[in-house]
Parts: sequence; C-alpha cells; structure tokens
Amino acid sequence: MVYTVALIGNPNVGKSVIFNHFVPGARQHVGNWPGKTVEKKEGKCVHRGTELRIVDLPGTYSLTARAVDELVSRNYLVEEHPDVVVHIVDASNIERNLYFTFLLLELEANVVVALNMSDVAAEKGYTIDAKELSKQLGVPVIPTVATANKGLDKLKDEIVHAAKRGNLSAVSSLDYGKATENVIDSVVRVIKKDETLAKYPSRWFAIKLLEKDDDVLEKVKGTQHQRDLRFVVDNAKSVLGDDPEIVLADKRYSLVSKILETSLVKGAKKWTVTDMLDKVFIHKYLGIPVFITLFWAMFRFAYDASAPFMEIIGLVFETLAEAAAGIPNEVLASFVGDGIFGGLGFILTFIPPIFFLFLGISLLEDSGYLARAAFIMDRLMFKLGLHGRSFIPMLLGFGCNVPAMMATRSIEGEKDRLITLLVNPFISCGARLPVYILIAGAFFGAMATAAVWSMYFLGIVVAILLALLLRKTLLKGEPAPFIMELPLYKTPTIRASVTHMWERGVHFLKKAGTYLLAGAVILWFLSTFPWGAEVEMSYTGQIGHLFAPLFAPLGFDWRIVASLVFALLAKEIAVEALGIIYAVEGETAIAGALVSSYNPVVGFTLMAFTLLYIPCVATIGTMKKESGSWKWTIFQIVLTLVVAYVVGLVITGIGAMLGYT
Amino acid sequence: MELQLNNLEPGQKGVVVEIKGSGATRRRIMDMGIVRGSLIKVIRRAPLGDPVEFEIRDYNLTLRKREAEHIYVSVEGQQ
Repeated sequence: MVYTVALIGNPNVGKSVIFNHFVPGARQHVGNWPGKTVEKKEGKCVHRGTELRIVDLPGTYSLTARAVDELVSRNYLVEEHPDVVVHIVDASNIERNLYFTFLLLELEANVVVALNMSDVAAEKGYTIDAKELSKQLGVPVIPTVATANKGLDKLKDEIVHAAKRGNLSAVSSLDYGKATENVIDSVVRVIKKDETLAKYPSRWFAIKLLEKDDDVLEKVKGTQHQRDLRFVVDNAKSVLGDDPEIVLADKRYSLVSKILETSLVKGAKKWTVTDMLDKVFIHKYLGIPVFITLFWAMFRFAYDASAPFMEIIGLVFETLAEAAAGIPNEVLASFVGDGIFGGLGFILTFIPPIFFLFLGISLLEDSGYLARAAFIMDRLMFKLGLHGRSFIPMLLGFGCNVPAMMATRSIEGEKDRLITLLVNPFISCGARLPVYILIAGAFFGAMATAAVWSMYFLGIVVAILLALLLRKTLLKGEPAPFIMELPLYKTPTIRASVTHMWERGVHFLKKAGTYLLAGAVILWFLSTFPWGAEVEMSYTGQIGHLFAPLFAPLGFDWRIVASLVFALLAKEIAVEALGIIYAVEGETAIAGALVSSYNPVVGFTLMAFTLLYIPCVATIGTMKKESGSWKWTIFQIVLTLVVAYVVGLVITGIGAMLGYT
Repeated sequence: MELQLNNLEPGQKGVVVEIKGSGATRRRIMDMGIVRGSLIKVIRRAPLGDPVEFEIRDYNLTLRKREAEHIYVSVEGQQ
C-alpha cells in the first residue's frame, strides 16, 4: 500500500531541504496544480519497506481562501485526505509556527510535527521539550535539523507509524474556550444535518463559516440549511462580543502561549548574527549602497562566469551546423544546420548567463537577503503601483528577461505579479546591447554612449508608465500589503544554491525549450523558403515587403522590418540579419550600409523599436509558462508592438520638427 | 496611552489593543501573530522611510505604515 504524505509549513522553515532529502531531485515530479500557476512537486520514496508518496505543498502562513497557494493546500488537504500531513515547524520561530499547526488540526489532518531548525532555536537560547509539546498538542513531535540530516530517519519512522495508525480521532488539545466552543458546536449541529456538507470536516467547516471564508460561504450557497447557518453565523458576533475571525485568531494564539508555558524555556535574549548584519544591510544610510554593491557584484559575476561557457556553446553549435552541411539533401541540411543548430545555438548562448543569474539570485535568496532587498525598495515600488518584491525581477531584466520573469514567483499578489510580468520585457536586457552599439556607433559618433544610455532610460520610463497605466485600468487595485517576515540570515550552501540554480534552469529549458525550438524552426522556414530564393524574396523578405508600408511612417523599409522579424529569435540577431540583407560582412560594413540608407532619426527609432517590441521567442515562452495563460501572452505581444510603434512615431515626429525627414 | 502603531518610534514597544480594518489584510496581520495582547516593538524604518520593521513573538516582521495604522497599541508611561 502506498501512503500519501503531504509536507506543509510556513516559508523559510527548511521544507524544501526535507523534501529533497525524502525525494532526491531526479525522482521529483515537478508540475503545476491543475489550472493554477502554483508549482506542485511530488515524488515517491520507500522507508523500511513502506512506500510513501510525498507531496510538497506551497509554503504559506495561513490557509485562507484569499490566496491561491493557500487555497491549493487547503483543497488538497480537504479533498484528497493525505494519510499523513507533516507540518515542518521552524523551532526558532515556534510561536507563529504553532499557530499554523492549529489550522491543520482544525482541518482534522493526521499531523506529525517536524520541529526543524532545532539548532537555530538552541542558538537563540530556546530549550524546547519536544515530549511535553507532543503531549500538549496530542500529535507526534520530532526534533530535526534538516540541513545537517539530523532526525530525518526518526521523522520517517514516525510518518510511517502515523500512516499505519490512521488519524487520531478528535485532538483534545483544540479547545478554544467555552463560549467559542458553544458557538462552533451550534454551527456544527446545523452542518451535520446537511448531506451535501457532510463530506467536510464539520468543525473546520463551522470555523471557516464563522470567519466568513469566501470559499466556504460559496459551498453553503443553495444548500437546504443556508438560512439557519446564516442566522447562527450572524448571531455569533453578538454572542462572542467581537468578530469571530478576531476571536478565533486570539484563541489560537492564546492556546499557543499556554502550550509553550510548559514546553519552552527561553534563555536570555542574545544578540544574533541577523541583528548585527541587519544593522548594516538595512541601515538608514548604508542600506542602499550595500544593496547596489551586492547586485552589481551579482551581475558582474554572472557575466564574467558565463563568458567562456557562451563561447563554448557558440563554437559547439557552429561546428554542428558545419557538420550538418555535409547532409546530402540540401533542404534537410539547411533545416538541421541553419534551422535547428543555427537557431538553437543562438538562443542557447543565453543559457549560461541565465543559469548564473539564477545562481546569484539563489545565493541571495537562500541567505535571506532578498526579503531585505524588497524591504528597502518597497517604498519606491509602491509609488509605481507595485510591491517591493517586484523590484528584483525588474533589476534582473537588465541581465535577461527570462530569469527576471521567472523571479516574479516570489510576488504574492496575483495582479502585482502580472503587471511585473507584462512590463518586464521593456527593461533592456543584455541581448539588445549589441544592436544599440552598432546603430549608435554608426549614427551618433561622439554621442553614441549617450544614445545607448538613453535606451536604458527609455525602457525604465516605459515600464514605469505602463505599470501605472495597467494599475489604473486592466489590473485595478492596490499592491498587496507588505506583511512580510524578515527571516534569519543563513549561510547559503553552494550545494543548495547550485541545486536550486540547476532546477530552475533545467525547468526553464524543459518548459520553454519547446517554444524555443518551434520558434527557431519557424524563423528558419520563413527565411529559407521558397527554396533557393534571395533574402528579399524569402517569406521573411516578403513579410518585410508586406508590412513595410505600415512601418513607413517610422522610416523603416522592408530590410529593417525583415531584420526585426529575424530578431524575434534573439534581439542581437538584428545585427547579423542586417548584414545578410545588405550582403555585407562585419560590423563596420553594416554600419556603413545603415548610414548610407537612413538618417539618424531612423537609426534612433530603430534602437527604440528594438528595445520595445516583442521581446524574443524565449520570453514569449516564459510568459506563457509564468502567466499560465495564452490570453496574457498574446496581450503582451500586442502591447509591446503597440508601445514600440507609438514611441517610434513620437521619435519620428520629434525628428521631423528638428528637420529630419 | 493608546496609539496607532505607525506613530511609534524605533525602539518603542506597545501592547496590541485592537486591530481595525477588515478583509485579507487584517486576517494576514493576525495570522502573522499580531493579535490582542501581543507585545510589539519597532525595530527600524526602511532606508526610504517605509515600510517599518517590527519585532513580534521573537521574530521580525515588516509592515507598511498604512498597514500599521490599523493596529492600536497601548504604550506605557509616555505622553
């Protein structure tokens, strides 16, 4: 028999370390919860002959119906009835964590508590009597130090034991006082009369109803006892003297305090490493310089470390492409050589910086610094209608928009996250730089550097304006509250961070890889067929000709339009594409061709258009994956095109006023 | 004396008397351990002045001033 075991807990409690210990990376199955963008991880393990299916539930602070990830966990617990629910508790933060234990006990889950980070708790001066705690809670409590692999075997023993034993009937520790219990009972009595509601844990259902939980209210709608329930619930406030939601939260925390009276001894308060580091890292004046230094170092590291890998990948694919030229069938040779190896080679050279940026972010995240970064930047972001957590993805966008968009996962508010995803491509990534350098160098001479910088500035301004606009229109509302834990600093282990990087990177390749390959093949097809045609007569050339009239107001001819189509693969291809179209080689020659064909205003417009229009195949794939919706992905494509066009028109207009036509 | 939590200076402590407001924000505040009777201390403001870091139940939590406004605390011996 396979037992199902759910892992649950607050964020930053070491849940993923425990999951990785139970189910090594290779055996993990990573996907999404049905219909949600919340990640689902699961896998199997065998402990002393018993097979366990481990499901990793999202790390959350509560189980309300108000947040997607909380609802996902809750529905799973209520509807799938896992055999055991392992609550991973941060022992150094035991008060708040036990509150969550009570939420699980309310759900009548078969709970086993893993008292993790016992070492940190000890450092903090906490002495926790696990046996006493277990007695008080009425469920097993196992002290563990997951990072040092301590107590995990014992935890597994206990899980197997709990699975075989089955749920403990009615945990006696849950007593919220006479008045509250009476009210809960009166609701339970009505619920039990109703057949449609019988499948839910009745006490839990009653509590959620008293708290006016949206999801539960929805379930009550249309049932036969709807009116009776409404009556009891509406009365509860006057009986309890306050909003039941407040009373229940009070009761849970007072129960926690009561239990800890006998099971926790606090030593004298010590000055912790976290206290010391925060004196500097979020210091009034030092905070921001430290922030800038850390991120500058991260970018520097990501670029320097990835440079050799990028060259190797470029060389490998070049060699492969050359080898493919030996294929006897011409069309097939071109398909394999130019389409697959050529196209993929171009995209894959961006993989090393993506991986190294992931590594940098993992290091900062695992150390606990990212929460501080959000804390430092929140005020600024709030003014832009965003949350402090949106800053990091924006910043990462200067490296590559792909990891940047993947980093939006730490943003809780769904609208906050969507806005961040939508405007992220306007942040100028590394791949656009070669295009700027070429065009600016060709047209602006001594002013070239200023022209390049102006693109970065333009990108930021456009991103900000659109974020504000989206906040006022399609995604109305306020940024999510900044109720955030500042976790203790931890020394990030290279192994954990590398694993983290690898997971994210491989996940990206797996998910976005299909789109990348498809994109590369489509672009190859468009530029190669009809077979044997000149660039001008290829489908890309024809698209260029077809759309050229549309772009005439911007001063673009078919050549530029065609190169922009090529650049969908990766923006820097625009340079190479212009070379092919003009049939010249080398950057100087391309620059010369540009200067002789266009005026500086067209050059500047082209830079701005390159910055703003559809990011690239990889970002489209990432957007689809991260937003979970084609609708928003297509919206983003249209949005970026419209914005690029409008900005192009503005630049052309200003140019015309200056006398360039 | 009863004050809104956003009016406390770094270093000051108070005991939570009431949490006003409603909906998801109030619930989240309570889930994080700020309920009636809990002791809360202001640690520091962010470099740009907002949000603010607090200590509650032996851990550190941040709130924007506009969120702290909903929390009323009693502060000892100050005028």
